[in-house]
This record gives sequence, C-alpha cells and structure tokens, in this order.
Amino acid sequence: MADLTTEFLGIRTPNPFWLASAPPTDKEYNVRRAFEAGWGGVVWKTLGSDGPPIVNVNGARYGAIWGADRRLLGLNNIELITDRPLQINLDEIKQLKQEYPDRAIIVSLMVPCEEQAWKDILARVDETGADGIELNFGCPHGMAERGMGSAVGQVPEYIEMVTRWCKENYDKPVIVKLTPNITDIRFAARAAKAGGADAVSLINTINSITSVNLDTMSPEPSIDGKGTHGGYCGPAVKPICMHMVAEIARDDETSGFPISAIGGVTTWRDAAEYMVTGAGNVQVCTAAMTYGFKIVEEMISGLSDWMDSKGYTSTSEFMGQAVPNVTDWQYLNLNYVAKAKIDQDSCIKCGRCFAACEDTSHQAIWMKEGRVFEVNDAECVACNLCVNVCPVEDCITMEPMAAGETDPRTGKEVVAEYGNWTTHPNNPSVFEKA
Amino acid sequence: MAESTRTPGVAPGRLDTATLETNFADLHGALEPHEAQVAADRCYFCHDAPCVTACPTTIDIPLFIRQIATGTPKAAAKTIFDQNILGGMCARVCPTETLCEEACVREAAEGKPVDIGRLQRFATDTLMNEGKQPYSRAAATGKKVAVVGAGPAGLSCAHRLAMYGHDVVIFDAKDKPGGLNEYGIAAYKSVNNFANNEVAWLLSIGGIEIKQGQAIGSDIALADLQNEYDAVFLGVGLDGTNKLAVPGAELNHVTDAVQFIADVRQSEDYTDVAVGRHVVVIGGGMTAIDAAVQARLLGAENVTIAYRRDQENMNASRWEQELAAAKGCNILPHLQPVSIEGKGEVTSITLEYTDATTDGLKGTGETVTLNADQVLMAVGQTLEGQPAGLSLSGSKIQVDSAGRTSVDGIWAGGDCASGGDDLTVTAVAEGRDAAEDIHKQLISN
Repeated sequence: MADLTTEFLGIRTPNPFWLASAPPTDKEYNVRRAFEAGWGGVVWKTLGSDGPPIVNVNGARYGAIWGADRRLLGLNNIELITDRPLQINLDEIKQLKQEYPDRAIIVSLMVPCEEQAWKDILARVDETGADGIELNFGCPHGMAERGMGSAVGQVPEYIEMVTRWCKENYDKPVIVKLTPNITDIRFAARAAKAGGADAVSLINTINSITSVNLDTMSPEPSIDGKGTHGGYCGPAVKPICMHMVAEIARDDETSGFPISAIGGVTTWRDAAEYMVTGAGNVQVCTAAMTYGFKIVEEMISGLSDWMDSKGYTSTSEFMGQAVPNVTDWQYLNLNYVAKAKIDQDSCIKCGRCFAACEDTSHQAIWMKEGRVFEVNDAECVACNLCVNVCPVEDCITMEPMAAGETDPRTGKEVVAEYGNWTTHPNNPSVFEKA
Repeated sequence: MAESTRTPGVAPGRLDTATLETNFADLHGALEPHEAQVAADRCYFCHDAPCVTACPTTIDIPLFIRQIATGTPKAAAKTIFDQNILGGMCARVCPTETLCEEACVREAAEGKPVDIGRLQRFATDTLMNEGKQPYSRAAATGKKVAVVGAGPAGLSCAHRLAMYGHDVVIFDAKDKPGGLNEYGIAAYKSVNNFANNEVAWLLSIGGIEIKQGQAIGSDIALADLQNEYDAVFLGVGLDGTNKLAVPGAELNHVTDAVQFIADVRQSEDYTDVAVGRHVVVIGGGMTAIDAAVQARLLGAENVTIAYRRDQENMNASRWEQELAAAKGCNILPHLQPVSIEGKGEVTSITLEYTDATTDGLKGTGETVTLNADQVLMAVGQTLEGQPAGLSLSGSKIQVDSAGRTSVDGIWAGGDCASGGDDLTVTAVAEGRDAAEDIHKQLISN
C-alpha cells in the first residue's frame, strides 16, 4: 500500500483528503469522528467576528438534483457561516489540535473588510495552535450581501488587500478560497498571490436554484413560499472546478502556486484527477454529507491502489502531471483522426448510440439486421457522443487512425505531423498573411 | 381440523383458511411508488426497443416507463391502454419472461431485465384505481357489431369499436364475462376479483351490451348475427378439451385441468375446493402448471406433472416450471399415460417412458405406476362447435393479418383463430386489430 502522506504548505497529513469548511466541520463532535474515520485534515466551518450569533433560516437549507436511482448529483445550500459562539469554536479547535497533532486543522474565516476586524480574529485563531487559515471569499449567499464572502472574492483588489492584512498579522499559512461566480478565475488567483497568500483553494459554491415547486411556485429550498439562490456543489460541479484549477495551474503568473481543490470529489479517482491537474490536495464536503465520513476509506484504498499500479511511492510524484496537456483549442492537433469502434461482444443492443448519432449528430452509425450497430467510417467525425450515451463502459472506443491511412470521410491521407489551427490554411489570419 | 394433506382420496379443506389465504395471495405483488421509481430508473430508453418488438400488443414500453420515472404514471397507463386495453390483466398474466423481459437489453447486460410487467401493473393500477374510463366515444356511427365471446379478444375488439362510435353487443356463453381471464387463470395471478372489475371498467366507455349465457350454435345462430349486425367478430376461444384415450379415463376424479382451474377461481372459499392427496397432472403447458401449483396450494401432499417430451419442449416457460418446482410439484418428463386404474375412483396411473426418435415419440416399454387420487388432464384445448362455412387453418378458424375470416363480414381473433400464440396478450392484439379493420370497412360503406 502506497504511502499517502501529503505535505501541503509544509503541513503534513496522512493523506490528501481534507474535509472542506462546511457543516461536517462545524464542531468538535463531527471533527473528532472524522479524524477517527481517517480524514487527513479539516478546514473548520467558517468563523465570523465575535458578537451576536449568526442567524440561519429555520426551514430547508438544502436543495438538490438527482440522477438515476435518486443518486445525489448536485446539492445547494443557503446556510451561513457558523452560528455557534466564537470562543466555543476556538476552544474546540485548540483541544482537537492537541489530541490529533498529525491531522491538519485549518480555520476558515470571514469578517468584515476592515483590517482591525481581521487583526482581532487572527490573534485569537493563532492561540488555538491551528495549522493555518482559509479566507472565505466565496460564500455566495447571505454574507455576500453584507460585503463579505463572494463580495470580496469577486473583486481582485479586495482579495489582495485582505490577504495582505492577514499575512501581515498571522505567521502561519494563509489559503485564499475563491468564488467561481466570476468570469475568469485567474484574476482572483493572481490577486491572492500578489497579496502574499500561500495557496488558493477552489471552488466555493456556485450561484444556483436547484428546482421550483410546481404546486407552490416557490424555488427550492423553500422558506415559507420563497426561495433564494444558494451555493451549488457536489459531483455536478466537478468539471467546472477542474477547469478553474487547470487554468490557475497553467497560468504564467500562478503556475506552481499551491492549490487545494474543492468541487465534487466523490471517489479516489476524482482526487487523483485534481491532483494531476495541479492540486496539492483535495477538500471534500458533499460526498461526506451524502454518504458519511466512512467514504474516506474508499478514497484512501483507491488512491493507494492506483499509485501502486503506477509505481508512485509519494503523492508528490504525480501532482501536476496532466498540467502540460491542458492547452487552448487552437493548439489541438487537427491532423489527428479517430473513428468510433463498437465492440460487438460487449454491445447489449440498446441502440442509444444509433439514436444519438442518427438524430443529433452525423448519421455515422448503421443499424443492421438483428440490431447490429456498426460505425460508418465515411461519416464518423469521432465526436464521442456515442461513447458518452452508451450504457456499457468501454463498449465503444475511439480508435486513432495511423499515419498513411486514408480517412474514408475526407478521402485524405492521415499525416503524422502535428498541425494546429494557428497554421491551418482555413484560418483567416493565416490566409491573410499568405 | 378434520382433514389434512394426508387425508386419503379427494377431499376439501386440507389446509386451514389462513394458510390458504397466504397460499393464494398475489403472486407478483404490486410495486410501491418507491419500488416503481427504482425499477423505472433502470430502463435505458432503447432505440426501437426490443421489448416493444417482443410485445404482441406493441406497447411503447420505454415511453411508459419514462412516464413513470418522471412522475406521471397515469400518462404511462394511457400509453399502455392505447395499445392494450387489458394492460392491467396482461401485467399480471403475461409470461413476460418469454416476451418483453426476455428481450430487455438489461437481460443481456446483467441477466436481470427491467421489471416491465410489474411497472405496467403499477401504471395501470394507478389509473384504474381512480375508477375512471380514460377513453370517450366518438360520435355515434349508427353501425352495430356483434362480438361473440367476452374473453380478451372480444373485449378488446368491443372497446375499440365502441371508441369509434359503433354499438356493440357481446354474446357470451358463460355466466360471467372475461373468458379465460375470469375462468382460466391461476387464482394467485388475479386476486381481488380483478378480472371482473377490469371488465366493468372497460365497459364504462359505454356502447357495449353484454348478453351472458348465449352460446353460438345453441343459443344464437351465426347466420342471424350476420343478418342483424353490420359486422361479426368471433372470439369464442377454445372451449373443447382434449381427452386421454387410455383405459380408465372414465374413472371418477379423472377430469379436465381447465375445469379444475375454473372451480378454484370461482370458489368463494378455498376450503370448499376438493383436491386429491396424490394428484397427477398430464401435460406441459401453462394449464398444467396452473392446475398443479394450485393443487399443491390447496394441500395436496404429492403433485406430479407428467409430460411426454423432454422438459425443454414444455410450453410452460422456464419461469413457470421453476414456480411449480418451488411450490413443491414434481415435474417428470418423458412419461406418457398408458392406463388409469381404480374401482369407481382413480387410485393410480401407469405411465410409460418415452424416447424422442426421428420417427417421433416412441414408448420404451418401461412403465411406472404412481399413486393417484386425482388425475388432471391438461393435454390441449380445441375449437368446439366450429361455425359452419368458415375455412379452418389446422383446427382453428383461418384469419388473415387483419382478422378477416374466409367469410365477408366475419372477423375472428384470440385462441379460436389461426395466428399468434394462445396468450391473453395475443388475443387482445388480435381483437384490437380486427376492430380497426372492421371500423375501416364500416366507415367506407
């Protein structure tokens, strides 16, 4: 079994699986059980300034969307930061850090955009012995309207300013948690780096309305007949977060900047994918909220098995391995030609590939006598839709054509040389130059 | 309790009421809404789905399952009834394991098909439990059609014709409508008087009059129907039963399995139904299975199904055979009866082993004698009192794909007609298709 010990910002944890700042990490009872279950670290549920406790709604806080068999795919919430007294949280953090010195405890913070407010709370967090802080610049509801959370995260100048205050008033690592509710994540990441942050974590939740009740006409989750946008998370948001992580990882200004990835991590595979795409570790919330703390066991065993199968002995060996392969569309090899291939032995003859291709794509699949489905290479553009709608994994594959073969669709020979849009004869800018 | 499974001879009340109630409970219980949701989620919504092709009534199965999955089971029921107005009964009695569910791609993928039959029941029950008829009649056409037989074929034909605005009179030989749905199906497949309720629901469309106790040939003449009606549909079923031509077949308690099944179904109280301690059923079809299983459920100590060919050739599906085995029936293939023994009442039956040869089935000379207090014959049914003037195909009324017989103005469908298998669902399809053809002809005149 591979050693999963992961060092992130100098914080060593037995594995790269941390629980994200959220309800699972809002009190000693949960965090203790999470550590006993095997989680490598937690980011404590966001603390606010001392004062009157935060007030939450007293009705539904969560909305969801589901896949087949009511499998939870996306969750949203309208919960605010911790509604427990500050000192109780701090006392619990201190106690747990003493008891579990090998696990990370990061304290998530959100206080008004005034330097003194940050100074005050940083001093108190420092006393707990926690490993670092995470600045919650992401919450999209409730607190944003009060000038905190995503209201900060959406303005790079604010990100930089607050980050700098924190770095000036706190000695341990400062992680800046980014909101995805912006157009280009790189500006936020660059601002965090400019402010002196040690890392970014992303994404916080996405603005969302999960559904509307067609009887009451209220958005869900409904509070007495009204609903509001909440923060969306879970497996459904993973592709959005993957893209943002990759953008930061390959940006000239932030390349190599430590990233803690958050967004739909549900299995070991999701974690591995994030880490090869530039993350130093991952944070998990929805999967734990759906299945309980025990799921970390599968994440640990799965990642370890995969590392063994690949010969990796440390998580640092595969981090960022996929980053060089994330590129812009214009650099994709337009000379690469593939064709779909249907494995007749594993085909169960449902015909979904045919319906998808015939109705919505390139009419490149034949339905032959006896429900035999075959690809017509003369029409196939290798779009991959058939692969995506096929219920049987690996039944349909994309097979690259070898150089020298003739593509029956275009009648042209497949060439071995790489050729992209920047030099393509159909590119108007190339045409104009010539 | 006076009687038990070991009481000699043929006796009622071998089991107590509570046990009998459990034994005859719904074989495939209704799905709860959650179960239906989970089951519906498994459907892949196949293109040109194989299950639809396998359904004799061509129900759009992927569509109705998607309608269940999206919370509209009544729309699902409508999808079913559009093709099969007796979709409720078919959901209970169809051998789905050899039809839609055998063709389901998840059977190929995982050996576990989508639970189509029970999903169909979920949808149809949901709509039928509201007691409302989902169809209304078109403007009256003034045309009158006689339907002979109130079984699945006749009812399906009548409903479709009534929908088109024609007036229908059904002539049925029995006391109650429903045909085999009422008389010929194992009681545990159609509990709570479902067949009768389904007929009442079907008739609620209006425009259909049923006359019971009217057998063609004896009570009514085909020629009169031809004269008095614009069209005639024959769905008379196969009322005759084949007999065993062996010595001793006349002994007491050597009877038709069909009658036994009807007696069980029609009994108000299962403790009244007499059954042997040692029961031997001759045959290999669904009738044999239904009779044998119910004999066991009534408390027979030993029930044997003797079939002359090998088990693969039995008309009863593998699933039905396994049901019989699970209920404690003993299936003995390669045995044909040679004599039945007893004085007044049957006491034993002697069977000869058979070999399948290129010249057909041959007795080997080796015999076995089984104790038998009751012998039930399930060796096939035949068309009885075939209407004169109609051409036959084999022993059935010859029809074309639209159900037209050799005589203009007379259509036929269901078990009495040539064509598909002797299944409820096939009869429904044939009745429906004949109605379409009759309608086409009536409105063109």
